[in-house]
Amino acid sequence: MTNPTGNHDTISIALIGKGGGGVLTAGEMLLRASAYFGRYGMMIPAVGPQIRGGESAALLRLGESPVNCLDDTFDVLLAIDWQHAERFRADIPLDADSLVIFDPAAGSVPDFIVGTGARMHELEMKALGDTVTGGRPNMVALGFAAAIAGIPESAVLKATEKKIGRKGRDAVDASSECVRLGYAQVASGGAAAAIEPAAAANTNSDRWLTSGNHAAGLGALRGGIRFAAAYPITPATEVLEWLAPRLNDAGGTLVQAEDELASINMAIGASFGGIPSLTATSGPGLSLMIEGLGLAVSAEVPLVVINVMRCGPSTGIPTKPEQSDFNAAVYGLHGDAPHIVVAANSVTDCVYTTQWAVHLAEAMQVPVIVLSDQFMGQASAIVDPIPSINFLSKRKLAENIGASFERYALTADGISPMPLPGTPGGQYTADGLEHSTAAKPSGLADDHLAQLDKRARKIDAFDYGQHWADIDGDGEFAVLTWGSTTSAVREAIGRLPVDLANKIRLVSLRLLSPARPLQMADALNDVERVMVIEQNHTGQLYRFLRAWYELPADVQTMYQPGPSLFRPGQLASTLHDWCLQ
Amino acid sequence: MSAQTPCKLKASDYKSDTKPVWCPGCGDFHVLLSLSKAAAEIGLQPEKIAVISGIGCSSRIPAYMNCYGFHGIHGRALPLATGVKVARPDLTVICAGGDGDGFSIGGNHLLHACRRNIDITYVVMDNEVYGMTKGQPSPTTAPDWDSKIAPGGIGISPFYPLVIALASGANFVARAFSGDPNGTTQILVDAIRHPGFSFVQILSPCVTFRPDQRDWKKQVHAAPVKPTSDASQAARRVMTDDGFNIGVLYKGSRDPYQQHVGHDIRFDRDIDEEFLP
Repeated sequence: MTNPTGNHDTISIALIGKGGGGVLTAGEMLLRASAYFGRYGMMIPAVGPQIRGGESAALLRLGESPVNCLDDTFDVLLAIDWQHAERFRADIPLDADSLVIFDPAAGSVPDFIVGTGARMHELEMKALGDTVTGGRPNMVALGFAAAIAGIPESAVLKATEKKIGRKGRDAVDASSECVRLGYAQVASGGAAAAIEPAAAANTNSDRWLTSGNHAAGLGALRGGIRFAAAYPITPATEVLEWLAPRLNDAGGTLVQAEDELASINMAIGASFGGIPSLTATSGPGLSLMIEGLGLAVSAEVPLVVINVMRCGPSTGIPTKPEQSDFNAAVYGLHGDAPHIVVAANSVTDCVYTTQWAVHLAEAMQVPVIVLSDQFMGQASAIVDPIPSINFLSKRKLAENIGASFERYALTADGISPMPLPGTPGGQYTADGLEHSTAAKPSGLADDHLAQLDKRARKIDAFDYGQHWADIDGDGEFAVLTWGSTTSAVREAIGRLPVDLANKIRLVSLRLLSPARPLQMADALNDVERVMVIEQNHTGQLYRFLRAWYELPADVQTMYQPGPSLFRPGQLASTLHDWCLQ
Repeated sequence: MSAQTPCKLKASDYKSDTKPVWCPGCGDFHVLLSLSKAAAEIGLQPEKIAVISGIGCSSRIPAYMNCYGFHGIHGRALPLATGVKVARPDLTVICAGGDGDGFSIGGNHLLHACRRNIDITYVVMDNEVYGMTKGQPSPTTAPDWDSKIAPGGIGISPFYPLVIALASGANFVARAFSGDPNGTTQILVDAIRHPGFSFVQILSPCVTFRPDQRDWKKQVHAAPVKPTSDASQAARRVMTDDGFNIGVLYKGSRDPYQQHVGHDIRFDRDIDEEFLP
């Protein structure tokens, strides 16, 4: 497809306006219309902390092939008004090829926008909206943006029906009329000089529209989670809100707990009772849950904790992403507490990785932390349907129990059969105290060592198969990364000249801990140099790699904290230079 | 409590072979006996009981019973018990612990467990002291009680757990004395049978750090009135009594928390279809 800037095969559109002004609604409808038209795409909502009256932006990127990250700049900025627009300065990079559409009634264009050299185009959104009873400027903006993006009016009207339908016929008609007015402004040549209409795409009605948080919920449900306890926290709440009614439909339940301390202990209690259990949170909540995680390690209770990362430490920047909870997730527990940390690397992968996490937790009777982040967690994306994977998520249960039964028996694989309450003869007390094989509290060195060995052995001896990492290519230069940064890295490699791209092998780690030195040695076979890329301030994965893995002598790093995302162009430039060193 | 087929077992059938860590003369021995007798009187199968606790001397109790148990982390017994009961409504869930565990570090959970009114019985063995850490004031300690960490007394008013439980919505509130195992057994039977969240404060002396509590047996007396179903009346009584009235104070009729995991329900629709745009 073409777009105003002519680069790549996507179009990036930002809609901004005051909070409550319908910018996110318009953005969501534009994304949905794109899906109806057979496009891929994603939308990142950017909002201030205010519920009403703050600022909001919908950042969209639409394309003919799957879209997993934002582009370097925006092709189009459509401003309904300029209130607090400066807060989005870093989120919406513009250049001389960008097109800025604004309402002259909203005042003069801010200097920082003018300074980008972008082309300007006036659109009287408010005045046009006012010509329709019940009309609103955001719907005029939607029509105009959709026309620029080459999406047929019928797709937008279908999205309007879907989104506004529950508000009644009059509301749908008013919005539809505003959308048509927006289209008419483009058709009448209002912006024709600036925009070349995009080509038609093929409609594929099978695609899904989902966020990473909803995807993680689906993965949990598919994995067999039937109990969740959680405390609301940005940006993880959508996992819970998605799960709550669906757990009920599946014969499970979600309990809103009084705090994160309660959440994790409720989940541990439910899992002790035999129900696969989960909690979801973000950084500060994870910190509160750490003591509970240690209990689950000691008592050997399966548990999944989804941590949707945001900028930290402390309250940090709650609505922005960062990959900075690696250390907390891997090292946060006191004592020697073997547990599992996995990371999803795309919106789609949130399903797969979460489902895998349930499987790992249940199979090994261990807590598993799933790291997601605000970017993919709250992004809405048009993706191919996500098939279910048939993991055998079975807990090893003790059922016909004899007199010699021991709950924490030292088995070869470290996994001991677990009796569920109600099973005659299996009575034991799960404990955070160190214990003997018979689950009796013990302060003996022998018991401590035997149980430490057993708990370490079960997660070290486990066969994680090919799921531990996603590996693209077989070049002699390896890029190691994790989480949502993977998508930007993948796109950056794709932008390099073919001879350079072919030199690169991308290794995106899904299993962060425990380390897999043998698998990594295979993955890095014949690799001459390594580049580690991650979104945090201290190179948290890099330092873990240094501790656990044999790496070639030539290791370079590229890490930057949030809230700014890695842009593919920025990464492509770095990788280009790196390949030619 | 949950409907279970009664069985004929003796109190000793509910005890494990693990020797308690408690000091000789500790009131908690009698609580263990009373709880076992209560289970036997109701006729509960040991494997259908889950005894859940946090940390402290009294929180060791699950290991001393021949039931399923969970000895969790400090202050979190109630959330742990909540998870067990919601996931397994077929079990009889007893949550047990001390005054530090339940009223200090776990105080917030007490409020919300009372509100939530899940069908569990919460037994607090109150000895007005942190015993396991060797004698520091707890939320129920008198302000002038001298200790190493608070010489001359902590200087703040004690907490009144029964009033808090009533105000927070507990469905059954009682006070017992460990030195009267038969009376305590009857109160526990009543508490376990009563639907919803039952809260039982058991005055359980710490003879090591609070030898003065040996006098409790002379101070306790049966409450002069019968249980009420009027929470405000109960609160008034307990706020004006001497702290040694023993018996069931309040029996409410609020419906227990109904959400639980039902194993027989299946998906009746295709979740995947919800992701179509």
